[in-house]
Amino acid sequence: MKWFWYASPETFYPLARRIALACGVAAAALAVAGLYVGLIVAPTDAQQGEVYRIIFIHVPAAWMSMFIYVMMAFWAALGLALNTRLSGMMARALAPTGALFTFIALWTGALWGRPTWGTYWVWDARLTSELILLFLYLGFIALQASIDDRRRSDRAGAVLAIVGVVNIPIIYYSVQWWNTLHQGASVSFTRAPSMAATMFAGMILMALAFWMYSIAVSLVRVRCIIREGG
Amino acid sequence: MLAAARCIVYRDLLLAVRRRSDVATALLFFVIVASLFPLGVGAEPNLLRAIAPGVIWVAALLSSMLSLGRLFASDYADGTLEQILLGAAPLGVVVAAKALAHWLVSGLPLVLIAPVLALQYDLPASLYGVLALSLALGTPVLSLIGAIGAALTLGLRGGGVLVSLLVLPLYVPVLIMGAGSIELAGAGLGGQGQLLLLAAMLIVAAAFAPWAIAAALRISAE
Repeated sequence: MKWFWYASPETFYPLARRIALACGVAAAALAVAGLYVGLIVAPTDAQQGEVYRIIFIHVPAAWMSMFIYVMMAFWAALGLALNTRLSGMMARALAPTGALFTFIALWTGALWGRPTWGTYWVWDARLTSELILLFLYLGFIALQASIDDRRRSDRAGAVLAIVGVVNIPIIYYSVQWWNTLHQGASVSFTRAPSMAATMFAGMILMALAFWMYSIAVSLVRVRCIIREGG
Repeated sequence: MLAAARCIVYRDLLLAVRRRSDVATALLFFVIVASLFPLGVGAEPNLLRAIAPGVIWVAALLSSMLSLGRLFASDYADGTLEQILLGAAPLGVVVAAKALAHWLVSGLPLVLIAPVLALQYDLPASLYGVLALSLALGTPVLSLIGAIGAALTLGLRGGGVLVSLLVLPLYVPVLIMGAGSIELAGAGLGGQGQLLLLAAMLIVAAAFAPWAIAAALRISAE
């Protein structure tokens, strides 16, 4: 397999279009199926009623927000190590989608928290670290936006993404310890793991849909970046 | 190798002595920010005692960040940085020395003056030691992480605001452990665990941050 054949923006450009199309169609189909299972087939929750159905957006978005940061750091590291231009473009293209999913996870979490916990925001460990993840994404985007030279911008962003990905576990655990120290949040995320099979299926379908959407959108963005002359 | 490090530390300290007002500004900022909080939240002693660790730590964090701009900017402007990059001394050692000098100038004074602020906040005297120790362990980490941000934003427009956006999220663990150690010690639970974690962070940052700083400098100065 000639991996480096597609490392050139020129050869990747037409391939990106085909993959983006396929993934876009898959994302739409999976989202329709996932929403159908989630909103219509899945049973009403015994404790939370209908409001729990926001889980089908919330949990996949939270998964993607973390996964995309790791992918971004992966492409960034690859770009630094192999000096391939396309890697930096991939990292640049992934950042806005990651920030979007982080924001969606926080937003839907707030909307879900209001009826179930009675508050939009608690300083729970997961909420806090998700918020800091959003700050990390915004810092990455701001750094890249303020450097005009594309090569320098890609490499500077790469260093920041790698430093960030090393820090994420430290931030996560420190926030968790801080949370237990404060004894603050009286509500907790730890739900009973007994989840109806249809609920689980709906969540997996939505996660796959978000995954396909992320690939499609970031590839479209990569095509724009290549056109701009990278 | 060590001679190069000693030379850089000596030079940066000498520059700081020649321009004393820069050092004084950051220190004054620390004192003023910490003094503003009682004016904002009220002077109720119990409240002040409760928020003191967090306020002093946030003020230290902001003050340390404020002086990051000076870390590489003047060397970059007058061409010294290019000579350092071209020179034979390993860049990781040089930037570690620069971070050390930055801490000696901007971090150490905070450690020394923090007990005075603790007095203002009516912290019990038994906590002064923990406060100073947590700052002594934590502020070098701030200098090392901040140097990465300073190197990345070198020569950019609006670098000062940008650097805060980059490094403040990365400062979160230091803030949590630093303020947490004082709170735990104040509650009679002993802050040793948090202090040891701070020390661990310092070791990890001292080992890995110079590489990131060196890489960022090479990218920014090419």
